[in-house]
Amino acid sequence: MQPFLRVEKLVKCYERQNVFGSREKLLALDGVSFAVAQETTLAVVGESGSGKSTLGFCISCLEIPTSGSIWFGGRDIVVLAESERRKLRPQIQLIFQDPSNSLNPRWSVEEILLEPLNLQGKLKREETKQRAVALMTQVGLSSDMFQRSPTQLSGGQRQRLAIARALALEPRLLILDEALSALDCSVQAQIANLLIELQRAVGMTYLFITHDLAMAAHLADEIAVMNRGRVVEQGPAQNILRHPKEEITRHLLAAMPSLDNAERPPLES
Amino acid sequence: MVPILEVQDLHVSYRSSGEASYAALAGVNFHLMPNEILGVLGESGSGKSTLAASLLKLLPSNGNISTGSIFFEGKDLLCSSASELEQIRGKRISLVYQEPSVALHPAIRAGEQVFQVLAAHESAGKSALRQKTRQVLASLFPKEADRISNSYPHQLSGGQRQRVLIAQAISCGPSLLIADEPTASLDPTTQKEILGVFRTLRDELGLAMIFITHNPALLAGFADRVLVLYGGHVAELGPARTVLSSPKHPYTRALFQSMPQILENTGYMRKTKLPVIAGDSSTAQLPLEGCVFEPRCPDRMEDCRKREPAVVNLGESHTVSCFKYGG
Repeated sequence: MQPFLRVEKLVKCYERQNVFGSREKLLALDGVSFAVAQETTLAVVGESGSGKSTLGFCISCLEIPTSGSIWFGGRDIVVLAESERRKLRPQIQLIFQDPSNSLNPRWSVEEILLEPLNLQGKLKREETKQRAVALMTQVGLSSDMFQRSPTQLSGGQRQRLAIARALALEPRLLILDEALSALDCSVQAQIANLLIELQRAVGMTYLFITHDLAMAAHLADEIAVMNRGRVVEQGPAQNILRHPKEEITRHLLAAMPSLDNAERPPLES
Repeated sequence: MVPILEVQDLHVSYRSSGEASYAALAGVNFHLMPNEILGVLGESGSGKSTLAASLLKLLPSNGNISTGSIFFEGKDLLCSSASELEQIRGKRISLVYQEPSVALHPAIRAGEQVFQVLAAHESAGKSALRQKTRQVLASLFPKEADRISNSYPHQLSGGQRQRVLIAQAISCGPSLLIADEPTASLDPTTQKEILGVFRTLRDELGLAMIFITHNPALLAGFADRVLVLYGGHVAELGPARTVLSSPKHPYTRALFQSMPQILENTGYMRKTKLPVIAGDSSTAQLPLEGCVFEPRCPDRMEDCRKREPAVVNLGESHTVSCFKYGG
């Protein structure tokens, strides 16, 4: 069977001109390959600069990879014509780290939710409104918040709204780029529960990009560890945590802050 | 030993655009010993950043310290004049901010920015100050002090920028360092490295430190004591080991339970829902009477809505504000 999402030898090279006019190359993705099955969660973990976010941008068609292929819905979206890609794009949605930057503060909650529906133009006006109400309920927000601005919402409510907006076009794949990292611990737990509920209810597939290994272990079926633009290790979450093979994975595990350390002697300097 | 800092019954409120003002801190009491790291744990709206700002009297113009006292090295900061405070801020008490990319000037080399702090506080000659700048940077970057000193902030990594901020903060030899979420924007590897830097500074320079964070896991193995803030009230205060491994206040307990624990994560635990605290800690949700945590509390009782709980001493300087323990 075709896997739901398969990435093959994905390369993304950024080129930039420095002040002296010479070109510098930065290999953000250096031949990344992996597959994700439908209705599962793959967590992508790694240090800052390991290429995790670039990977998310490439899969959500926000960046064009230098080479390699991304198979989604039986087609390689890298080589697809723009008109064809446009049809696939709503099925892949991206949620960012900081909902206060990804939601327009001058728009009302209602306008934010209606925009993707209106742009697609598939629903009638009354239907879009009903859909917006349904989306709010689905993410645990009350529809009497419709006229508020996102600045009047708490951090957790804003991230719920960002998720509702992403769900508007009924995507099949959600890419969560550090979507929990900016939230308080107790709110992280609420949003994590919402993600689990959504997966059960509508069979959502997640690519969960994070540096929080504990949350990755909790939410993911599989974990892929990235280092310097490559996936160095991938496997079932428990295997990766209990029997890490790569040095970088052990390093990430050792750096993970945990309450379990409370009993241990203070950290050596 | 005498505490280096003693905060008594601190009340801080903010006026909002409407006439109503709300209390960000409502009667905060604690002390800090020399050479001690106090972890302040709190979520959005708990008042943790207000606490940092009021210790230095750096509140925004709509903020007001209504009552209380802040004794630093025996002197009440709230009764000090502006010029006295200038001598203390940055020199005796310094602050490390959350976002190093915002706190540093983008167009001034790192070394020069450390030098400027020294020049503002010390009267020594230029060459002596340059020498001192070099020393401070060398203590944080033993291998590459010169390169860092000549770099602009955008040429440095997040961890290096945070070290430059720390260099600024310790340059004048303060006795108290306040760090407001200093590692929130860093990845765990760099986070651990910066926590190590703070520990070393405490051991070598004998600094006392207030470390503010929303992540309890960071305090494990790092802080000596932990103060848990909720809605402007001290919910719990005690030795880090006790508070982190056997929390007593229902808020602290619920908060710790809502975090995924990697060791418990055997197959059956995964993808099950985490126990959560219903609602959120935003100030709009706080009750005006009774215990501030009452609306979200799993253990609420009848008394909780009527009056505020008093501080109960559980022994070993572990205190908690909750009726469950007598309050």
